[in-house]
Amino acid sequence: MRTIQFREALREAMSEEMRKDESIFLMGEEVAEYNGAYKVSQGMMDEFGAKRVIDTPISELGFAGIGVGAAMNGLRPIVEFMTFNFSLVAIDQVVNGASKMLQMSGGQFPVPIVFRGPTGNAGQLGAQHSQSFESWYANCPGLKVVVPSNPYDAKGLLKSAIIDPDPVIFMESELMYGDKGEVPEDEYYIELGQAHVDQEGTDVTLVGFGKIMKVVHAAAQELAKEDISAEVIDLRTVRPIDYATVLESVKKTNRLVLVEEAWPLANFSTDIAFRVQKDAFDYLDAPVLRINSADTPLAYAPTLVQAALPSAEKVIKAVKEVMYIKS
Amino acid sequence: MPVTKETYLYWYESMLLMRRFEEKSGQLYGQQKIRGFCHLYIGQEAVVAGTISAIRQEDPIITAYRDHAHALGKGVSARAVMAELYGKATGCSKGKGGSMHLFSKEHYFFGGHGIVGGQIPLGAGIAFAEQYKGTDNVCICYLGDGAVRQGALNETFNMAMLWKLPVVFVCENNGYAMGTSVQRTTNVTDIYKIGLAYDMPSEPVDGMSCESVHEAMDRAVRRARKGEGPTFLEMRTYRYKGHSMSDPARYRTKEEVEEYKAKDPIEIVKNTILEKKYADEAWFEEIAAKVKEEVEDSVKFAEESPFPDADELYKDVYAQEDYPFILD
Repeated sequence: MRTIQFREALREAMSEEMRKDESIFLMGEEVAEYNGAYKVSQGMMDEFGAKRVIDTPISELGFAGIGVGAAMNGLRPIVEFMTFNFSLVAIDQVVNGASKMLQMSGGQFPVPIVFRGPTGNAGQLGAQHSQSFESWYANCPGLKVVVPSNPYDAKGLLKSAIIDPDPVIFMESELMYGDKGEVPEDEYYIELGQAHVDQEGTDVTLVGFGKIMKVVHAAAQELAKEDISAEVIDLRTVRPIDYATVLESVKKTNRLVLVEEAWPLANFSTDIAFRVQKDAFDYLDAPVLRINSADTPLAYAPTLVQAALPSAEKVIKAVKEVMYIKS
Repeated sequence: MPVTKETYLYWYESMLLMRRFEEKSGQLYGQQKIRGFCHLYIGQEAVVAGTISAIRQEDPIITAYRDHAHALGKGVSARAVMAELYGKATGCSKGKGGSMHLFSKEHYFFGGHGIVGGQIPLGAGIAFAEQYKGTDNVCICYLGDGAVRQGALNETFNMAMLWKLPVVFVCENNGYAMGTSVQRTTNVTDIYKIGLAYDMPSEPVDGMSCESVHEAMDRAVRRARKGEGPTFLEMRTYRYKGHSMSDPARYRTKEEVEEYKAKDPIEIVKNTILEKKYADEAWFEEIAAKVKEEVEDSVKFAEESPFPDADELYKDVYAQEDYPFILD
């Protein structure tokens, strides 16, 4: 099978859907003439023209709202945020607007829109460019939140997000855009809300999503060298969230370690831990552990970045703890 | 284009319905039949009447939370609006929106919105879609004088001009953002001048005069239909009541309120109709009786309608029919 970059997978997803449906357009900062801040939309203006690939001024609140209004009136916008850090100035239109319009209108005005862009840290970018807001958006009913971890999933999930009838938050990463992976030439879709078991195992369940899956897989490989068999689950979509796959796995392995880039309070690790204690309490042989980013803004210095972020070492340590292995 | 007899008669009946409907809404709020927040339109009727008379049915409109008259003006029935204020299943938003969130797709009414200024980019987006689809429809985006100070307006004005979107921004300047007067929030009290910063055609309009509102709107809409872009109209109007039902409006004088009531748009239109002999007193009595009946009927309808069933709770949250909500 051919291998392509994560950014190319996203581009193919958008372009394929745009060829099929005139009502889909892409809007955001630098998406057209500059070919995308991270080259995701490279060449798209050449193919689809300035009418459908639209550069905006730096006005996230304004163009997010224009996207929502256009979706209310029959179009299917893809709105790119250069990063989701910048989406905070637009969050009124996402949370007060897009997520509630269908219900407030008694079902009259669906908002089929995709807000996409990178989330989380990308190295030493400082505190304002290094945040993970997946749980903020996922907390809000009316939205769907998708966080792919590899090119194959990115393409299939983005195609599903674009044709989805509801507003979808689609979160990528600057640190994944260059990642290569196998992506078939033939068209395919991946259903939203379905986790994927990347690796079957028997000793412990590791759950993550998005680019943190790299950390999870690295940890699983190291653990395998020590004959510890980890089952690795990539959630792929965090709203709706596929609890069933996680519960099924925990009932088999009896141990769970959650890995997530967000800060520790009120996030998916707390949420899944709640779900597992409620629905699989008797299956647990150890407390559920989690690895999150430190409970601080992400500082600049490399030593502080390393100390703050989840790492394979931290995951391995947690796995040994739930397995009561003294290291 | 000269204003016809039919337009005058339309204005009168339309505004009288808004007035009587809102008076009844105020009463019903006092009786706790209508709950939540409730913002009455009394005094500002000429703005909706004069703008609606200058547009077509398929021109979309969007506004903020003082939205009862906009829904009525766009043709949503008094029954559907009143039932929504009651929270009944027969309301125009199925009882899920309430006073601030009236919607009617059938009437191209894109709703009442509760975050000050949030509807401004939405209005531009609705216009964007009309332009994208190649229609010559024009979106009318209403906003209050308070919303002018939001960043959303300034971002939207810039893009609406850049892309020549077919939208008319109608500021209903009633002098007060809740309890704070325009003078207390800005150095630029001539609100229309905000549009000039974006080279947007902008003008102040006597918002108590249906003729002035209609004529300004007519010019703006014609320009937009020809692809010449947005217009910003500052309608200088007044609300006779407080910001919402809980506001006694102690921040303004009785004299100021009386000054505007002397320019009441309904009385002015009535006098003009009589002067021009477009109708006689018998017609006014007939319209008064008709409007009274329409409002009473809407109350009866709302009273007799059922509240939404509890199983509506999870409906209309997602367009996806089998969305897996977290239930425990």
